Amino acid sequence: MKTMSAHIVVAGGGVAGMEAAGTLAGMGYRVTMIEKDDAPGGHLLQWHALFPDRRPADEVISHFRKHTEHPNLRIITGTTVEKVRNHGSGVLVSLSGGAEEQADAVIVATGFELFDAHRKEEYGYGIYDNVITSADLEAMFNRGLVAKADGSVPSRIGLVHCVGSRDEKVNNNHCSKVCCVTAVKQAIEIRKMLPSCEVFCFYMDMRMYGPYYEELYRESQEYHNVNFIRGKVSEASVNINNRLVIKVEDTLAGRPLKMELDIIVLMVGMEMAGAGMRLAEASGMKRGINRFLESTDHHYGNNLSGLRGVFYAGTCTAPMNITDTISHARAAVTETVKYLNSR
Amino acid sequence: MNFELFTLPFNLGLYFILIYSVVRITIWFRDLSRSDKLRLQRGFFGRPFMDSLREIFMESLLHRKIFRKNPVLGYMHMSLAFGWFLLIVFGTFEADFFGEKHLNPPSHAIFFRWFNPEHGAEGFARIYSIWMDLLLAFILSGLLLAIIKRFTPRLMGMKKTTKHTWTDRIALISLWLIFPSRLLAESFTCGAHGSGSFLTGNLGNALASFLPVADIAPWFWWLYSLSLGVFFFLLPISRYFHIPVELFLIFMRNSGITTGDRHSSYTEVQTHACSSCGICISTCQMSYAAGIHDIQSAYFIKGLRNDRDIAAITANCLMCGRCEEVCPVGIELGPMRLIERRQGERSDRTLKLKEKYSLMRRRSTIEKRPTQSYSYLVREEPEKADVLFFAGCMTHLTPAVIAAMKKIMDSAGVIYRFMDENGGVCCGRPLMLAGRDREARELINHNSDIIWKSGAQILVTSCPICYKVFRESYYLEARVMHHSEFINLLIEEGSLRLGYLHKKVAYHDPCELGRGSGIYEEPRAVISYVAELQSSAQEANMSLCCGGSLGNLTLSSGKRAMIAADAVRTLTLCSPDELITACPLCKKTFVQVTKTKISDIAELVAAAIPAPKREIAKRRTAKRYSGAISNS
Repeated sequence: MKTMSAHIVVAGGGVAGMEAAGTLAGMGYRVTMIEKDDAPGGHLLQWHALFPDRRPADEVISHFRKHTEHPNLRIITGTTVEKVRNHGSGVLVSLSGGAEEQADAVIVATGFELFDAHRKEEYGYGIYDNVITSADLEAMFNRGLVAKADGSVPSRIGLVHCVGSRDEKVNNNHCSKVCCVTAVKQAIEIRKMLPSCEVFCFYMDMRMYGPYYEELYRESQEYHNVNFIRGKVSEASVNINNRLVIKVEDTLAGRPLKMELDIIVLMVGMEMAGAGMRLAEASGMKRGINRFLESTDHHYGNNLSGLRGVFYAGTCTAPMNITDTISHARAAVTETVKYLNSR
Repeated sequence: MNFELFTLPFNLGLYFILIYSVVRITIWFRDLSRSDKLRLQRGFFGRPFMDSLREIFMESLLHRKIFRKNPVLGYMHMSLAFGWFLLIVFGTFEADFFGEKHLNPPSHAIFFRWFNPEHGAEGFARIYSIWMDLLLAFILSGLLLAIIKRFTPRLMGMKKTTKHTWTDRIALISLWLIFPSRLLAESFTCGAHGSGSFLTGNLGNALASFLPVADIAPWFWWLYSLSLGVFFFLLPISRYFHIPVELFLIFMRNSGITTGDRHSSYTEVQTHACSSCGICISTCQMSYAAGIHDIQSAYFIKGLRNDRDIAAITANCLMCGRCEEVCPVGIELGPMRLIERRQGERSDRTLKLKEKYSLMRRRSTIEKRPTQSYSYLVREEPEKADVLFFAGCMTHLTPAVIAAMKKIMDSAGVIYRFMDENGGVCCGRPLMLAGRDREARELINHNSDIIWKSGAQILVTSCPICYKVFRESYYLEARVMHHSEFINLLIEEGSLRLGYLHKKVAYHDPCELGRGSGIYEEPRAVISYVAELQSSAQEANMSLCCGGSLGNLTLSSGKRAMIAADAVRTLTLCSPDELITACPLCKKTFVQVTKTKISDIAELVAAAIPAPKREIAKRRTAKRYSGAISNS
């Protein structure tokens, strides 16, 4: 059982990292998980409920907490992986602060970052008080109160899709996949919380790609009266009554539209995480045109980095939802074990 | 003195090129507009003529501009041009003075040593021979650099050098052969006669020690004459035609002729005056930051000269104007490209050799494009106002700039009307940059109508793109001001009170405001008034393009990001707290590629407006409150 004492470093303690680390530890490997924040959990920690069934995020978090409680698993927080390189038969992992770990294999699970909405200045994030992001809205849900900056109750909220996704102007041609369904979920939640508040979604396409997503989209229209307008918002401003005004073209009706809103929610997309980009730069990992890590093959090598003993898991390779992230992390575990056994 | 057969190629070539140049220039003159003809005629008898002579000496011979930018490159151009010029002048004197008779044909000066093999043995002739050898050595040193540059441009401080057509290559080889063959021809002759100075004499003696120099010499005189002849014959269809044409261009420019907005003799002259030196390629951000090496002005002009389909090259340019700043010949590259954009597509064909020599202006058929109409625009009846603020469509995408301008104007007590608060009509500049002047004119008329009806004295805009077109293509009574000028005015007249921000900032000159409109000082005055302004590497007239330029019609977002990232890197070398610009498009482009805070000059100034007393009190309370929380 020589290989079972192998040491695996997992870079990142989000969904992919926790899934991979917990699974490997359960199989008897020694695992070190490196998390940049104070605690593992990743973006999940900020989310109130998850699509498509609006299950509380806490449920999934506590599952992962249990999953990663294992004597074989060591968690180092407040630290990032700066560089990996092949050393002897294994991989030498350099951590922030100068420490090093000798590993037999590494799983890179550095994840994504939410698009910084300040970069889309025309939507007024950081300029107008009542322009918020989808993550800010989740925080409001967590507090149990959806309100304008002055504390008053909104009567009309607009959700703007594709902020930082499918947008040449910000250098992101990719679709972030999860924002459409997140918008539908959030629209329903707003309608349930504030039945008198109108909700409008401004979309380019509704990409309901997952199981029960399309059903959720239908539910939102049939039972919750969420309005969907096909058209990209061009800009936001405030009028004399200090109410937000957006300009958008309703491409189904074929006419320009101006609408007053109390709150604008920007559905921010996913981008390659900064820490992951630094790691890739330092270690010579290939990145695609969308800046995410590029595996050796889109179909059957989707977890392979091209570096010996280094594997990819989760959204550091492309935007994906939690279900797909978990599957991808398990596939990375399979690849890792296969690699360790073949040494 | 007998006629020598080997002088024939040289003589034919020389008379060919002289007659060709005169005829061609005469035709260009004939095709000029009446007013430009008058300018030239007036210029000929006035100051412009003297100015031109001086400029021809400083630029065409000494290459002062290139010298300033890159001394090695300058030396190379100077040694070839000025050295050759001196060699011809002193060669003529030599033939005139030491030859058998005065007023010799040019071939007697060029092949002087052949006709006077024993010359230079003693006295003044000996000293003169040293001088002539010195000149030849001077040219040869430049030639050596030219060869190095061709094969390893980096050694010469050039990032890239121009790729040439086959005629250019043959012309280049014949040019390269001229001086070494002269050296060898003279040396062989000197070796045979025991004459010559330190260069030709010594080399001649050395060669004579092991070669039958007297028999070999004629071959090199043939080579010398042939390379000269070939060079002269290829001159009109190669880039070296710039040598005679540039002289005419300098005179035209000094006489006050400008490019205008359509093809003319002047654009034709500019096209042929380009030497394809490649300085524009090295300066172009599309080349060194985005790895696109085939669209630069040298290639644009070359395509124009050869009547190729250059639509893709024409459209793929940031129109930043940096190449125009460094062009040693002073070709108006921006206006030239715009003319070509107006033309639309041209059919691609390879010119036949005969056509290349053709004296008549050649332009292949140009396909007409469908035009759009803006007849649906509704005429507006604006309110009266002294100051009209036009944000522009780009500024509407940076609401922080609008908010800052409102705050500044309110704080200074300016009574203004916000012309496009609820959406306005485009200023027309993007259409003009795309070469669609007719459509742009419709928008210009629409906006002009509103501005005139408002009775405004001052039109303030936050967008340099609008600013340039308001100033140049609108006929307005109102004074057009970019907001940096307007803020400067408010500060100078004392109506805007500002605090000092303890910040180090760098300033990026937007292309349309700086090179485009010559506004460099006002933004700097404003910034220095409220913060510490650092100087950056590429400033003022050599400022970088942000990469977001509306002038480029085809560049991909990825390439734009590469240009933007490179520009920000250069601008933030002194790690400023903030990078300031004065153009919403620059701001939006930079924000995508850097973590450094990017602000418009209006935002910086708005941040320096002292808060009203009541608010200061409120802020103090808040501070105490937050202190209480952290203590508990």
